[in-house]
Order: sequence, then C-alpha cells, then structure tokens
Amino acid sequence: MNEMDELKPHSRKLLTIVTEAALEASLCRDLERLGAHGYTITNARGKGSRGKREAGWDSDANIRIDVVCDDATAERISTEMRRRYYDNYAMILLLSDVQVLRPEKF
Amino acid sequence: MDPIILFFMLGLVAGLLKSELRLPSAVYEFVSILLLLSIGLKGGVELALQPFLGLLPDVLVAIVIGLLLPLVAFTVLSRLGGFKRADAASIAAHYGSVSVGTYAVAAAWLTSRGIGFDAHLPLLLVVLEVPAILVGIVLARGIFSDTHWHKVAHEVFLGKGIVLLLGGLLIGWWSDPAALAGIEPLFFDLFKGILAIFLLEMGLIAASRFGSLRQYGIFLLAFGLAMPLFGAVIGAVAGTLMGLSVGGTMLFATLIASASYIAVPAAMRISVPEANPTLSLTASLGITFPFNVLVGIPLYWKLAEAVHAGLPG
Repeated sequence: MNEMDELKPHSRKLLTIVTEAALEASLCRDLERLGAHGYTITNARGKGSRGKREAGWDSDANIRIDVVCDDATAERISTEMRRRYYDNYAMILLLSDVQVLRPEKF
Repeated sequence: MDPIILFFMLGLVAGLLKSELRLPSAVYEFVSILLLLSIGLKGGVELALQPFLGLLPDVLVAIVIGLLLPLVAFTVLSRLGGFKRADAASIAAHYGSVSVGTYAVAAAWLTSRGIGFDAHLPLLLVVLEVPAILVGIVLARGIFSDTHWHKVAHEVFLGKGIVLLLGGLLIGWWSDPAALAGIEPLFFDLFKGILAIFLLEMGLIAASRFGSLRQYGIFLLAFGLAMPLFGAVIGAVAGTLMGLSVGGTMLFATLIASASYIAVPAAMRISVPEANPTLSLTASLGITFPFNVLVGIPLYWKLAEAVHAGLPG
C-alpha cells in the first residue's frame, strides 16, 4: 500500500450506545459475538426519560460505548440492542457516518 | 451526638438544599472498598481465635432467616401493597439481604460505647447477603425459568461486596497477628473517619431519593419503616436464642433490619430487568437506611437488652 492509499478515508458507521453501567459485561459479550472488532467505553452521566443518573455510586452510573464498524455489523448490533434491552433498560443508540483511515481495524 | 451521624445529616441537608457538593465516584468507591475490607479484616482477626465448627449453627440460622424474610416481604408487598410480581420480588430481595453501611454504623456505635460483640458477626454479614437474592429471583421468575444461574452466581459471589468482605476475613484469619500491626493504622484506626466520609456521601444519595418518594407514596414509606422494625424483632429474638452477647444481638438485629443497596440492586438489574429499580432503591436508600442510622440503631440496642432480659440466653 503506498502512502496515498493510507491517507484515503473509508466510510464506516459509528454506533454510540449510552446505557446503564450494570449492563457493561453483558454488552461487551454481545458486541464481540455480533462482530465488532473493538469498542471504547467511557463513564457517563446525564438525564433522560428514566430520570437523572449522576454516577455518584454503582447503581446510578451510566456508560457510553462507541463502536466503529461496517454497515452490516451496525445493523446487527442495533437490532439486537433493541430486542434485548429497550423494554427494561435505560438505553439510547446513536448512529452516524464516519470516515476512518485504517479500514482493516474496523 | 455522634459525629458520624452528623456527617450523614450534613449530606442529607446538603442534598435536600441542592448543594453543589458531590464526591467523585472514585472516592465513594475507594471509601466503600476500605469499609468492606476493614470489616472483613476485623472479623478475620477475631475468628482466628476461636474454633470454626462451633459457628455452623449460627450460619445456618442466618441462611434460614435470609430465605424466609424475603417471603414475608413479598407477601406483604404483593397482597397488601398491590405491587407487580417483579417489583415485589425485587424489593423483597433488598430487604432480605443486608446493608454493610448500616452494619458499620452499628458496629461503630457499639465500639464508641465500649460494648463488645461476637467475633463472627462479619461472617454472618457475608452469609446474609446471598440467600435473599436467590429467593427474589425465584419469586420473580419461578424455579424452572430460563434464568442463567451461572451468570447470577457470578454476579452474586464475585460482586465487590462478597469478594472484599470474604477476602478481608481470610486475610485477617491467616495473617500473622504481629505483622498485621503494619496495616492497622489504615484499616482500624482510621475506620471512623472513613465511615464519616462514606456517610456524607450516603446522605447525599439518600437525599437524591426523596424526590421519587413523593411519586410512590405512602405504602412504600410505611413498608420502609415497618419492615426494619419487624426484622429487628426477628433478629433480636434469634440472636438471643443463638447465645450472642447483647452487643452481638443488637448487631444481628440491625443486620436483619437493614436493606441492601449494593449487591442486590446489581443482581436484580441483571436477573429481573422488568423490576423498576427506582422503587426498591427509594425504599432501601431513601427510607430504611436513614431510619436505621438515625433512629433504628439506638432502638435496636434497647430491644436487644429487653429481649436478653426476657428470654433465657
């Protein structure tokens, strides 16, 4: 691959999940099973339809998971999230188009 | 007035007045880790001094109470309170399990008055955490459900509370007593200071729950006050019959009176997701924890003394 190819951007999806910290372990298992090559988790707090979550202590904490993946994987993950978690957990999904420089990582 | 109680009230008042004060979650995390380890270590050191097999009957009594108490709570909540099955089961699990924070305050209350208590109370604390969680899940789901029990077991036995309490117990038990002197300043001497900071944060958390109290009304409030009193009577009678000292009986009564807010919420969130966590946390953190800390503990001491005087120990 020459230098020009390396700098050429490729289109991917950025899937952002904001949800309860209690789900972290099971979400990570889901993401790997559904084909995500990686993810980034950050602690989060905020307010939504299920009230304010201030992250003061364990049961009150939120996380934000960012996954960059191809369209099909993003589709699989969002379908599975909707099916398993939407009814009973505080969760939102955001989907956006992003450009990446090293497509083999995603 | 005990300063640690005043710290709790400071947190409550600051929270109610919507003060900017908040402890970073890492501080709360660290302080609760220290408390769990201190309680475990202290228990372990004392346990090393006595034969282990003699404790088995008391452990069994604790397990039986931990299994039965959630059944009582569940019946009250679903029959009288009209709660949905999942919600009643989840709240019942919180009240069948125990609160380490409440235990720590009660132990400090006894220590500051020079009253001793039996060495194996921390062990009973660990034992009491678990059975109610299992009962709660079965009440919500039925025995032959598709519950992933290995996942539940992982959540319950490898949660922060059990690992640190049990770990502390074993470290205290196996350590060379002379060598323990090196860690005593952090874990034993600073205990009350750490507890004070913990209670400041608990006050803030409890205050943040008061808002949802208005929403869920009078039955939850009555339950959050009556259930600890009922539990304390059971605990005081059982503790006396088990042959615990008056101090030990008071601590055991406090344990049975207390409601979990760490281990059980986490387990219920995963295993009974349809239960509304606001209900159980409002009851256990917004009502029962402040009640036990401010009113319950001195009351349970009187109760333990009365039961000891009335029953042959």
